Amino acid sequence: MTKKLVVIGAGMASGRMLEHLFEGAPGAWDVTLFNAEPRGNYNRLMLSPVLSGEKTYAEIVTHDDDWYAAHDVTCRFGERVVEIDRARKVVTGEKGEVVYDKLVVATGSDPFMIPLPGHDLKGVIPYRDLEDTERMMRLSETPGAKAVVIGGGLLGLEAAAGMAAHGVDVTVVHLMGHLMERQLDEAAGYLLRRALVEKGITVRCAANSKEILGENGHVKALLLDDGTELPCDLLVMAVGIRPSVALAKFAGLAVGRGVHVDDRMVTSDPDVLALGECVEHDGAVFGLVAPLYDQAKVLAETLTGGDAAFRPKEVATKLKVTGCDLFSAGDFAEGEGREDIVFRDPARGVYKRLVLEGPRLIGAVMYGDTADGAWFHGLIKDREDVSEMRETLIFGPAFQGGAQADPMAAVAALPADAEICGCNGVCKGRIVEAVEGGATTIEDVRAVTKASGSCGTCTGLVEQVMALSLGDDFVMPTAKPICGCTDLTHEDVRRLIKAQELKSQPAVWQELGWSTPNGCHVCRPAVNYYLLADWPLEYQDDPQSRFVNERNHANIQKDGTYSVVPRMWGGLTNARELRAIADAADKYGVPTVKVTGGQRIDLLGVRKEDLPAMWADLNRAGLVSGHAYSKGLRTVKTCVGREHCRFGTQDSTGVGVRLEKRLWGAWTPHKVKLGVSGCPRNCAEATCKDVGIVCVDSGFAIGVGGAAGMDLKEIQPLVKVATEGEAEEWSVAFVQLYREHARYLDRPYKWIAKVGMGWVREALSNPDERAALVARFDLSQTIYQKDPWAERAEPAQARRFRPLADLTLEAAE
Amino acid sequence: MSWIDIGAIEDIPLRGARLVKTPVGCVALFRTGENEVFAASDRCPHKGGPLSEGIVYGRAVTCPLHNWVFDLETGRAQGADEGSIPTYPLRIEDGRLLIDGEAVGRRAAA
Repeated sequence: MTKKLVVIGAGMASGRMLEHLFEGAPGAWDVTLFNAEPRGNYNRLMLSPVLSGEKTYAEIVTHDDDWYAAHDVTCRFGERVVEIDRARKVVTGEKGEVVYDKLVVATGSDPFMIPLPGHDLKGVIPYRDLEDTERMMRLSETPGAKAVVIGGGLLGLEAAAGMAAHGVDVTVVHLMGHLMERQLDEAAGYLLRRALVEKGITVRCAANSKEILGENGHVKALLLDDGTELPCDLLVMAVGIRPSVALAKFAGLAVGRGVHVDDRMVTSDPDVLALGECVEHDGAVFGLVAPLYDQAKVLAETLTGGDAAFRPKEVATKLKVTGCDLFSAGDFAEGEGREDIVFRDPARGVYKRLVLEGPRLIGAVMYGDTADGAWFHGLIKDREDVSEMRETLIFGPAFQGGAQADPMAAVAALPADAEICGCNGVCKGRIVEAVEGGATTIEDVRAVTKASGSCGTCTGLVEQVMALSLGDDFVMPTAKPICGCTDLTHEDVRRLIKAQELKSQPAVWQELGWSTPNGCHVCRPAVNYYLLADWPLEYQDDPQSRFVNERNHANIQKDGTYSVVPRMWGGLTNARELRAIADAADKYGVPTVKVTGGQRIDLLGVRKEDLPAMWADLNRAGLVSGHAYSKGLRTVKTCVGREHCRFGTQDSTGVGVRLEKRLWGAWTPHKVKLGVSGCPRNCAEATCKDVGIVCVDSGFAIGVGGAAGMDLKEIQPLVKVATEGEAEEWSVAFVQLYREHARYLDRPYKWIAKVGMGWVREALSNPDERAALVARFDLSQTIYQKDPWAERAEPAQARRFRPLADLTLEAAE
Repeated sequence: MSWIDIGAIEDIPLRGARLVKTPVGCVALFRTGENEVFAASDRCPHKGGPLSEGIVYGRAVTCPLHNWVFDLETGRAQGADEGSIPTYPLRIEDGRLLIDGEAVGRRAAA
């Protein structure tokens, strides 16, 4: 006797389930299939190729009318189910009731719409079904159409790429720091972003949407938190899905995040089963198709009296955007006992990362070359022991068996036409020739062949080839790399950031072949500085790559409290400022107040959570941060000069104040201190400053490279100039030259010792070069000359200075 | 275990940290580049430096005072330094951070 089966929802999971059912028990079930969409089963995954025009709707239909007819399925498409009555075993549709013996809930998921103001405007849509797809395709009929996609995950990027393929101007707005952060690590996210930007898509990461603006009830623009307005004719929200459980919940089934099912896909009611995106199994919900197909198989087995059990497996992700080849599978977070194998080929834009735990591969992320993805996915799923092939694992299945473990032996075994330097197309034979032609150092080889002259990642390989050719005559060079994350020196990294126009930290890590996922406490502050110094407009400063003092804009003391030093321009202050400082000392219980060597006042022992309020109080009196904590301009120490002193030759105080107002806020490789003395008696101790100006009758003698720290150094003369304006120009130009060339944490005297005072004088004595340096400095100041205290006294920022939560307070009764 | 909601993952900057005050002392929450969050004591066993102010990379943090490095998962000091910090159970659910109240000495609410 045939039994009655009602299926609610004609998605990919239920379609597959029906196939298994009709195969396993032909004729056993009389099936009624409800679907809210006015059509039957189609391959929802293929909507993106439909959107981009690579496929038509007809091509992605999985079950057509003939199939339903052949299996006697009663189709109730375009009809919503209103209610499930479990006591009577009846499903009520909009057009009437159906009785069931068994019921399958396959209601899928609902797109999550962020309840931003304006989310109900016309032109704000999710990306879920064929209607949404068609809506996006129609947009390109309007010339100059603009679209904004909120969400840089799988679906959002496919929507963006699809619309861009039709010539729509698309901007992707993503809350997180890099795209597809759930599937990709930062490096792969960076490559993906680069590929999308090349397709003409604008990508804004770490962007927070604030409001959707409309006009006559239709979307007009998206407003971001930072005040940016992104005009658009269509706004697609692709921020995630939620299991659609309303119907099941209303019917009294056990529901958590999804409809609870056991291993056999049975809900809390033995006659009701469920599968697909609407279910929750063992605490997990599902969004990718592979586990849904497994569920379909199990559910069909259960219905036919079999004994299958659903076991979630590792799933892999692939993005369906033409030209963006990426793959991720398994767990790729770092951890104790986990090891990374990273392979980067900057020239080809390839990034591969394997994560091993003990003898097993547990995760893989790949970009650019995903040919071996399926093989890696298999190793992860089968939990295979890969220790035997660990050395060559990353090169994929083609390299397994017979590979060389000793790197020198591997290099020796390379044929003469094997490519060593990918950037410059230099093969092994060419390097051997250069050595035979007399080259004995890496620099010689670089000069003759260009090998390792671009990205530098092949330097080690070139050296190995040289060692093989030269034998004992070759001594491996010992240039000190920045840290264990890279073989490159500070100088190499600075040079390559400029040469390759690297404008983000992930770009540096990827293109320069970092061996760690996101650097360490040594390289991160250095790279952050190089990027902001070289690309002031493009790069965004990363507070998490700064030492605590620069992040909190105060000096941490040994007991964890902070010191606060307001700026006193050239050492000048007044009664109003002093009163504000005294009031702040009282109000925040400052235990120690001290006058510093840089002519200002240090308030020591301030608690972190008091900082923003204290800054706000000091700001109100006109005081700003003194940057007493920064690798940047500290103080300009002055004497009273000719205004008061009988020996003073120039207005040293005034010159000092103007220099401080020009230079404050600028980040430098290490701290920078200036001094301006009004006469050679040198009361401002200018001769041991990074830039020291000593006034004389005829003008200003400028010296640089002084220090009174670990080393005691007297300034070296740079130039004598006649006017205050020239003194300012030369000082600014010198600071900018230092900013652009010195390695991180080298004071100017150390840097000058490396490049030579002659080079510094020569560079600065060219008026055009000097003007260009000043212009670049001023440009950078348009971004960085901002009072960090004022910014952090804002409530939203100030919050970060307080604990996230306080659990020492007893909970409210 | 008694899970207490202490905030959202977005409240912690990426590769950064925030502090939670608890009966067992200050607990630092570290968010890694992979969006994992770990809870561990804020206090460096060396000289008491605030670890929540350190630079976070991989699954490690460097103490801002004297550059001791701790593995966030085990709490053990890395390299030549010897010592460890207590770690506390933490879960992320729908972007919310849940810490085990019992482990941080918080009595169950009446």
